[in-house]
Amino acid sequence: MIHFLTKGLLRDRSRSLFPVIIITITVTIVIFAIGFMKGSMNSVFLNTAVIISGHEKVVTRAYKKESQMLPNDLALLDVNQIIINLNKEYPDHFWSPRITFGGLLDIPDKNGETKDQGPVFALGIDLLNSNSRMSEIWELDKNLVNGRLPKTYDEILIGQKLANKLNITIGDTATYIGTTMHNAFTTYNFIVVGTFDLQKGQADSQMMLVDISGARKALDMENAASEIFGFTHSLFYNDDKAVDLRSSYNEIYSDTSDIFSPIMMALRDSSNQMGSMVDFVDAFLTIIGAIFLIIVMVVLWNMGLMNGLKRYGEIGLRLAMGESKGDVYRSMILEAIIIGLTGTMIGTALGLSLTYYVQENGIDYSEVVSTMSTTSMVMPNMFYAHVTPDLYYIGFIPGVIATVLGTMLAGLAIYKREMSQLFKELEA
Amino acid sequence: MKKLVYIILLSLMTGQDGDITVDSIIKKTDQNLNAKSRILTSKMVVKGRRSSRTIESKHWVIGTDKAFTEYLSPAREAGTKMLKIGDKLWTYSPQTDRVIQLSGHMLRQSVMGSDMSYNDMMEDRPLEEIYKASISGSEKINNRDHWIIEMEAKTKGLPYPKRRAWVDKEYFLPVKEQLYAKSGKLLKTSTMSDIRKVQGRWFPSKFKFKDELKKNSKGTEWIIEKIEFDADIKESRFSKALLRK
Repeated sequence: MIHFLTKGLLRDRSRSLFPVIIITITVTIVIFAIGFMKGSMNSVFLNTAVIISGHEKVVTRAYKKESQMLPNDLALLDVNQIIINLNKEYPDHFWSPRITFGGLLDIPDKNGETKDQGPVFALGIDLLNSNSRMSEIWELDKNLVNGRLPKTYDEILIGQKLANKLNITIGDTATYIGTTMHNAFTTYNFIVVGTFDLQKGQADSQMMLVDISGARKALDMENAASEIFGFTHSLFYNDDKAVDLRSSYNEIYSDTSDIFSPIMMALRDSSNQMGSMVDFVDAFLTIIGAIFLIIVMVVLWNMGLMNGLKRYGEIGLRLAMGESKGDVYRSMILEAIIIGLTGTMIGTALGLSLTYYVQENGIDYSEVVSTMSTTSMVMPNMFYAHVTPDLYYIGFIPGVIATVLGTMLAGLAIYKREMSQLFKELEA
Repeated sequence: MKKLVYIILLSLMTGQDGDITVDSIIKKTDQNLNAKSRILTSKMVVKGRRSSRTIESKHWVIGTDKAFTEYLSPAREAGTKMLKIGDKLWTYSPQTDRVIQLSGHMLRQSVMGSDMSYNDMMEDRPLEEIYKASISGSEKINNRDHWIIEMEAKTKGLPYPKRRAWVDKEYFLPVKEQLYAKSGKLLKTSTMSDIRKVQGRWFPSKFKFKDELKKNSKGTEWIIEKIEFDADIKESRFSKALLRK
């Protein structure tokens, strides 16, 4: 039966080609739109996560309270062991230590006297460890303007804007002036090996990146870290899972009576603004996704309906020739399923391909975004789509279900037709 | 009666307490705390939120303009030197082999993680020169009599435009002080103890400073282990070249 109907559809292109094209286009649009919306929102979250919050991060309770002051005297200790435990208990994530610190960057002249000096916001991240994904998620290869990536603990990258401000060239020595974990005055010589432009609005205007081992030496923080950042392996932020993970970790490890006990925060906890943003994005995606699906379903439903009505004469002839109403009705539904499935599969393949392309290449919004970044939320210049598991099946809702429902509704007219009336209609 | 009223009024106008004026109290206090020169070794106990650290140092000071400090321990700080000449401050760190001049907001930073700032270290001028003082009362602390002296800056740009000192009536030392911002916000408190006579003057062996802006600060103790006043110090001690040696 299916073989017979398929042959019929292939031979009569007017019954199959147009509906398949419509379903294909619609499903492609549905998949890409949902993938792009989710990906774009994840791009915003990922940028904030990379620079500020991680998908989750672990700090001491005391550090959390004063985090705006970058209080490294309240940093986590015995960090290696904490990371081993986190990797073991939460294998869906990778965990990486970070030291966040501020101070001055002093550039000497040839006599060793201060030539230029300016404030710096520095991040010690795990750059040199071969298993670390920090270079990848910071996209340092892509964002490097001059020079190369650090190869030793005393080599640093600085933001291009900061390099311009302090007249730094590659190979210059830059002395960091600040305070250690024990609040002691410290100076430490780094060598500038590269400059970067993260293309993340204002976030990198005073930024310096160093391997965590260099930051530890400069700040006397052996096996300590300001924060431990956690990211999902797919780099896709799922708020519900992050909140569950944070709650379960804190229940086990966080002691309210000990200010130095660890506490985990989800990305949404990094600021009130971020929490509201996550809620807004969730609601926005659900509402927009639902509206879009409904509109598409109405279109395809209508198409199914129109197809049924268009075949009024053919159905009448088949009934007149003795085919039962049930058989005709079932064959129409089966045809709709075949057309829906074909269109949906092609549409899903095209939609996924397009989404994947934008996931890899992104769309550049740099001019719009440059004025929108804030200290608690970092806006990306490039927006990327994201292929999520639901995109593999979401196209079937409008593509198959709506088409079939439309045909079923149109097909109900078959049962209202009288045999006596059929011959009159055929004569006409 | 008229004579009594006249005496009380005159006393209030000139800031007198008994037969001593506030100016002479401040002058005697300055004489105790300042000297033509001094060489001292000290220990600074910095009480952090997690642990305490002890930093040993040696200081050479001439008047109020020149000071040279060398840190002796712990290992990380050993060899760090500081030179103050007038209103300029340089620091040398053997780790970087750099001489760096500290200026601007860096002077408000803590010295070695203590509750003292570089500004605190820089400001050695006699109180008499930079503050206008008045006596606001008397108080007994540990069974000893003290004047309560209010001071307001005469010059602009002082780190503490207002201060209140409890000056011991026998030692002429401000055994307790509260240092305020212009707005009246309390910035720091300090106390002196273990007062002993050194070369004819009363001098404390122990200071305690507390930065009131650091919420959980437990304060910093500065213990003078050895001090020699009016010592002979060569001018060459206060050269930038010596920082690297």
